[in-house]
Amino acid sequence: MELVYFLIEVVVKSIVVFACLMLTVAYLTWAERKILGHVQVRYGPNRVGPFGLLQPFADGIKAFFKEDLIPGRADKVCFVIAPMIVIVSAISLFAVIPFGNKLVLLGREIKLVIADVDIGILYIFGLASLGEYGVVLGGWSSGNKYGLTGALRAAAMMISYEVALGLSIIGVLMISQTLRLTDIVLGQGGGFWHWNVFLQPVAFVLYMVCGLAELSRTPFDMPEAESELACGFNIEYSSMKFALFFMGEYAHMVAVCAVSVTLFLGGWQPPIPALSFIPGVVWFLIKLVALIFFCIWERGTFPRLRYDQIMYFGWKFLFPLALINLVVTAIVLAIR
Amino acid sequence: MAETKFVTINMGPQHPATHGVLRLVLELDGEVVVKVTPHVGHLHRGVEKLSETKTYHQVIPLTDRLDYTNGIGNNLGYVLTVEKLLGIEIPQRAQYIRVAVTELQRLAAHLIWLATHALDIGAMTVLFYCFRDRESILRIIEEVSGGRLTPTYFRIGGLSKDVPEEFKERVMGFLGDFPGRINEYETLLTKNVIWMRRTKKVGILTAEDAINYGASGPTLRGSGVRWDVRKRFPYSGYDEFDFEIPIGEVGDVYDRYMVRLEEMRQSLRIIQQAVENLPDGRIMADDPRVVLPPKDDVQRDIDALIRQFKIVSEGFEPPKGEVFMSVEAPKGELGFYIVSDGSNHPYRIKIRTPSFMNLSALPKMIEGGLIADVVSTIGSIDIVLGEIDR
Repeated sequence: MELVYFLIEVVVKSIVVFACLMLTVAYLTWAERKILGHVQVRYGPNRVGPFGLLQPFADGIKAFFKEDLIPGRADKVCFVIAPMIVIVSAISLFAVIPFGNKLVLLGREIKLVIADVDIGILYIFGLASLGEYGVVLGGWSSGNKYGLTGALRAAAMMISYEVALGLSIIGVLMISQTLRLTDIVLGQGGGFWHWNVFLQPVAFVLYMVCGLAELSRTPFDMPEAESELACGFNIEYSSMKFALFFMGEYAHMVAVCAVSVTLFLGGWQPPIPALSFIPGVVWFLIKLVALIFFCIWERGTFPRLRYDQIMYFGWKFLFPLALINLVVTAIVLAIR
Repeated sequence: MAETKFVTINMGPQHPATHGVLRLVLELDGEVVVKVTPHVGHLHRGVEKLSETKTYHQVIPLTDRLDYTNGIGNNLGYVLTVEKLLGIEIPQRAQYIRVAVTELQRLAAHLIWLATHALDIGAMTVLFYCFRDRESILRIIEEVSGGRLTPTYFRIGGLSKDVPEEFKERVMGFLGDFPGRINEYETLLTKNVIWMRRTKKVGILTAEDAINYGASGPTLRGSGVRWDVRKRFPYSGYDEFDFEIPIGEVGDVYDRYMVRLEEMRQSLRIIQQAVENLPDGRIMADDPRVVLPPKDDVQRDIDALIRQFKIVSEGFEPPKGEVFMSVEAPKGELGFYIVSDGSNHPYRIKIRTPSFMNLSALPKMIEGGLIADVVSTIGSIDIVLGEIDR
């Protein structure tokens, strides 16, 4: 009987998280266009529904009815699988992210995380890197030189930035002594001064910068630099396959921000203990939205870096900085 | 059996960053560009040949469509050339209005350049800011001439019509807003570390090369050569205005960027002087050969009616001869060479367009750079395919 309850619980949680995530991704496209619009003295979408709120659905329907084209010279299997890899890996990331504290329902204690695994961080990094395979395969299999260049850039960038990204969070792991995400969040309880962002400010900045690179967003949007590669890796994709890349990208963005909230901003913990009557999910979402807003906002400001400059920045600046941060953290922890 | 080492990539004619239908064949060694071959001709409309079948006045609308960001500037180059052929002096009021409107058009052209250049390098927001300001310029131009993109405002011997009453007020309002806007763009770009990394020491064209390739305009001045037709061979009364010619030092993308930004400030000075000191008087020269008689006379006087009919239907016949005249367009030196056989249409027109010459220097600037540099360099020489292919 316990097994049945457990299964029901997991299935319900998965469905809720999946539905919320898909809705978030859909409205993220709307939010991005709207926020960028206001940054750029224009309105953004405002025709479909009030404030353009139905725009994501219109886009979805449009993408659905577009002709689904597979180029003659494409490697068909890889070409079809690539967008799937991207979206599946991005969505799967949410399995381990804790979005709230425990909840008591019908006498059962329910943890607000789908799978509370011991090695949450490793799982996230593994899957996030897997998503890059989709990009590389998609670019390569389309049989287009622009696509290939975009894919190569994506591969090079992933290798470079994954290193600094991984190093940047090791400090946090050393402080919290665990890889389990719920424990990391619990370790940051008792007020915002316990949050890791104040204990590891350099790591937080590093994480966000590398995260932007990981997401290939401005100023690191090399793989799809539209003015150079005319879309890059997804140049030959159309219809829902293109939409899948797009959704995967946005889901990945939510995931990177959610991990950042979990590791550095105290997850679902309220900023001061007195505010704990507000559900943890609300705090989690507030922090998440703030970080996502940052990701959209900076896109309106920065030009794009060049390929070699991104490599230089990653290996000769971020990587040493992450190492120094790691050593300093280790020394401080050892002395204390 | 030769081993293939380089990847050949076809950039354009449909590509978001080649500013129209330019086609570049790039030989790539990884991301490094080994060889560039520009292919032009995708936008050839036969303007020069078409002109041979038109009367002199009918050529003016064709010139709008050369560099379509600079319709008025092209009009000016053409009408000045024909006026030189005819030996007409035009009234000072017309000259001042010409200068003011041409400089406004130069600002609009530079704004398009800044917008697209910044977009090519990835700064999306600047595009929208620039187009906002370009819009206020186009409104003024539309009020004056009736057209936004293709104004066809000038006539041989003067202007198609006088400026409206609120012209001065409108322009002064714009001159009040715009310097702040340029500063805004500078805060977004000039000292931005990413912008500087993308533009400094990129696409370098030395002064010697620039001269050898026949580059002109900001592309030449960015390399440190102080050459501006408005100063060297003043036309249309430019010698009466006080303005500076900004130059760069290295000849890289950043220098060309700075030169154009400074040019925008100088254009503002010229516009201000022209509008403030706008003299009263006629807007057409007093030359019955080319200038239409006043409408009142046409309706009352049979001679005037006949003259109107003759000028409109068969045009006028300039003396036999050849004439060349160049003006400083936003992209560089725009020259018209007209051969007249004494009939009512030109025997041959050759248009020396700045973008064509500047484009020929492009491979020199790009080779050895990266793909991303190709894009920023194309943006920095500010080509318009409409005048490359004519």
